[in-house]
Amino acid sequence: MADLTSNFIGIKSPNPFWLASAPPTDKQYNVERAFEAGWGGVVWKTLGAEGPPIVNVSGPRYGAIWGADRRLLGLNNIELITDRPLEVNLREIKEVKRKWRDRALVISLMVPCEEDYWKAILKAIEDTEADGVELNFGCPHGMAERGMGSAVGQVPEYIEMVTRWVKQYSRMPCIVKLTPNVTSILPPAMAANRGGADAVSLINTIKSITNVDLDNFSPFPMIDGKGSHGGYCGPAVKPIALNMVGEIARHEETRGLPISGIGGVTTWRDAAEFLAMGAGNVQVCTAAMTYGFKVVQEMITGLSQYLDEKQMRLDQLVGRAVPNFVEWQHLNLNYVTKAQINQEECIKCGRCYAACEDTSHQAIAMSPERVFSVKDEDCVACNLCVNVCPVENCITMVPMAKGALDPRTGRPVGDFADWTTHPNNPMAVQAAE
Amino acid sequence: MPNSPLTPGIVPARLSAEALARNFADHEPPFDLHEARVAADRCYFCHDAPCMAACPTTIDIPLFIRQIATGTPEAAAKTIWSQNILGGICARVCPTETLCEEACVREAAEGKPVEIGRLQRFATDTAMAKEVHPFSRSPSTGKRVAVVGAGPAGLACAHRLAMKGHEVTVFERRPKAGGLNEYGIASYKATGGFAAHEVDWLLSIGGITLRTGVELGRDITLDALRGEYDAVFLGLGLQGVNALRAEGEEKEGVRNAVDFIAELRQAPDLGALPVGRDVVVIGGGMTAVDAAVQSKLLGAENVTIVYRRGQDRMSASTHEQDHAVQAGVRIIHNAAPLRVLGNGRVEAVEFAYTEDGPGGLTLLPETFRLKADQVFKAIGQTLTGAPDGIRPEGGKIALTPAKVWAGGDCRAGGEDLTVTAVAEGRDAAEAIHAHLTAA
Ligand SMILES: Cc1cc2nc3c(=O)[nH]c(=O)nc-3n(C[C@H](O)[C@H](O)[C@H](O)COP(=O)(O)OP(=O)(O)OC[C@H]3O[C@@H](n4cnc5c(N)ncnc54)[C@H](O)[C@@H]3O)c2cc1C
Ligand SMILES: Cc1cc2nc3c(=O)[nH]c(=O)nc-3n(C[C@H](O)[C@H](O)[C@H](O)COP(=O)(O)O)c2cc1C
Ligand code: SF4
Ligand code: SF4
Ligand code: SF4
Repeated sequence: MADLTSNFIGIKSPNPFWLASAPPTDKQYNVERAFEAGWGGVVWKTLGAEGPPIVNVSGPRYGAIWGADRRLLGLNNIELITDRPLEVNLREIKEVKRKWRDRALVISLMVPCEEDYWKAILKAIEDTEADGVELNFGCPHGMAERGMGSAVGQVPEYIEMVTRWVKQYSRMPCIVKLTPNVTSILPPAMAANRGGADAVSLINTIKSITNVDLDNFSPFPMIDGKGSHGGYCGPAVKPIALNMVGEIARHEETRGLPISGIGGVTTWRDAAEFLAMGAGNVQVCTAAMTYGFKVVQEMITGLSQYLDEKQMRLDQLVGRAVPNFVEWQHLNLNYVTKAQINQEECIKCGRCYAACEDTSHQAIAMSPERVFSVKDEDCVACNLCVNVCPVENCITMVPMAKGALDPRTGRPVGDFADWTTHPNNPMAVQAAE
Repeated sequence: MPNSPLTPGIVPARLSAEALARNFADHEPPFDLHEARVAADRCYFCHDAPCMAACPTTIDIPLFIRQIATGTPEAAAKTIWSQNILGGICARVCPTETLCEEACVREAAEGKPVEIGRLQRFATDTAMAKEVHPFSRSPSTGKRVAVVGAGPAGLACAHRLAMKGHEVTVFERRPKAGGLNEYGIASYKATGGFAAHEVDWLLSIGGITLRTGVELGRDITLDALRGEYDAVFLGLGLQGVNALRAEGEEKEGVRNAVDFIAELRQAPDLGALPVGRDVVVIGGGMTAVDAAVQSKLLGAENVTIVYRRGQDRMSASTHEQDHAVQAGVRIIHNAAPLRVLGNGRVEAVEFAYTEDGPGGLTLLPETFRLKADQVFKAIGQTLTGAPDGIRPEGGKIALTPAKVWAGGDCRAGGEDLTVTAVAEGRDAAEAIHAHLTAA
């Protein structure tokens, strides 16, 4: 068994799997059961300022997107931050931390954008012995209307300012949780960095409407005939999150800033991908909400087996894919592959043909006996056929050796050359001169 | 003129070598990767899963299926083995239709359970192909335990004890270890010498000395074992066979089904194994089904199972019964054997119809005869040769003297299944370990 012990910005946990701030971490009962099930840490459900607690709707909070067999692929919610009194949360946090010394316990915070509020809340949580704080600049619904959550996360200056306050009034490690509801994730990440954040975590949920009730003409979840947008999470958001994590990990100004990866982590593989893209650990919400706390056990055994097979330590996986995450202009334009159909595996459904013939490059031939084969002279190697084929590994992309003649272009496969040096690129010609 | 299904008498080579090879091939071929993925995808990862509760060894089924789904069948196998070290054979022989798969929520929802048994086989086969033993031993405790019987119960017990750091000696009266995995289970369920391979793999944990050809009661005594070892586990199985109590059962051609099956399992060449043209099997359990089906597969023309009660009382599951019928076996219910007819060797069996009422089974006046040149008795096995100092209750071991534990078929309680034997062997090992490490 590989050693999964994790040290994220000085916060130690037996594994890199934390529960994200959300209903699973809403109270002592949940958190203790999560720890019993094996979770390495939690970020406690976001606490607000002292005063009358938040009020949630008492109708449906969730919308969902399902795949085949009713597999939950995307979840959308209109829940707010904790609706339990501050002192109850603080008492429970303290008790949990006392009982579970080896687990990470980070407190998520969201208070109005004023120095005194932040000063007060940091003071209030001081003696909980929690391992750190996470600033929730992410919630895209409800709280944003009140000038908090993503309303802060969308303004880099605010992020920087609040982060500074937090670093000024608290000695705790500070994680800034970013909202994906921005045109670029870099300015908010840079702002957090400038403000002195020890790490960023991302993504929080994405503004969304999952579906519209076509009898009542209201977005869903529908509360008494009306709906509002919610925050989207679950497997569906993973691609968006991975990109944002990678962008921060590779950018020269934010490179090295620790990242807690969040968004659609459901299996060990998702987690490993986040780690490879630069996350130092991962946080999970929807997978736990779909399958229960026990789902972490598969993540633990799977990641451990993977690391063993690769003979790699956990820290050696972190960021391993970042150097290979480049901009388009740096991709090798002389790299040529061709789709190849394994006739033994092919079940002759014709989906590859329909996809290629109707919508791509007319590079698959279909014989009267339903034999499907790739026409190398037309195949541009887009791999659409691979993605629509129902049989895994039936169609593979086979790279052509250097020097071999590409029947599509009639040219031999050449050495590495990207867009920056391509003759069709006017900028390239300039650069060469 | 070579033999055929129509050749009278008990003769070998009724079918060609190719036909025999086909008949005795894996009856449920293993999943390939794609099939396993699709099957695993159907599991809902239920909370406090009913399938798990229905498994006598309580394998964490949702977890291992999820591990398959996420591409780590090796981790899945470890999940299986940590509860059931003989998960490989169990995946092949468990009557899943009455255990985990019967309890699967998708059985209730759609009448199509998740194929747990085949997924278990996929995981264990994949991991076993790596030829590395998944567990290592704890530091030696210096304690020594004797295990009598190398069947599933004894092997599971020995493995768990070895894992805990004890030194184990297994005494087995047969020339090979494995118990009924090696000598009983239908051959098309465990092809390719799997049972023997699994034993080798299990023993590779170390700390287990296997002594075959040693019989408790003949070569060693329980008292001596109790004196020499810190604890003793009895996994004797059931070595006796119930008599028909029908007139003429001593005639030539009448045989215990388990002996026929053991011979079949050990036959180097199935073509050399003789079988009758008209075979009658008496009984209603797995042994009856296996003897009947395998007779048919060897080329017998007519094979009939006769069971004295109704179909619902048969201990062979409906799945097993269907399997027999599909193989061409005829099943007659509610008929009991009266006498075996024939001049020195069996020619027919006479049965009376029965009625199973509240007062018990009664024979009706109406009778019929079945032509037979071979008759297999499969009406249950019994405990024989219980060691000195142990008095069986209801035909099984219930109480054991100090330092002695028992499990598997020989022990009272639980169904007589491979998986139950594994569970009892494992649990006995835990009890022995607790005993040995207490104080
Ligand atoms: C024909 C047949 C088919 C079956 N099919 C299935 C099936 O498909 N699925 C299923 O789950 N179950 C099946 N069973 C039942 C299953 O095989 C048993 O429940 C299981 O093997 C019991 O394990 P055990 O370890 O208790 O006994 P056994 O497997 O009987 O092992 C006992 C071992 O102890 C040895 N032994 C006995 N006495 C002594 C002694 N005095 N000294 C030394 N060694 C001794 C024996 O030689 C044997 O190796 C079948 C049984 C039979 C007979
Ligand atoms: C019902 C619900 C409530 C949430 N509440 C919070 C919250 O209070 N604070 C917060 O920072 N994030 C909150 N989130 C966002 C999650 O912490 C997480 O960032 C997001 O769900 C993406 O991860 P996932 O795809 O694993 O679910 C919530 C998510 C859900 C589904
Ligand atoms: S999940 Fe629980 S709280 Fe939510 S609607 Fe269902 S029963 Fe009610
Ligand atoms: S999509 Fe795949 S399986 Fe279907 S015809 Fe094409 S290659 Fe064959
Ligand atoms: S009951 Fe069926 S669906 Fe549920 S966990 Fe077990 S195998 Fe999976």
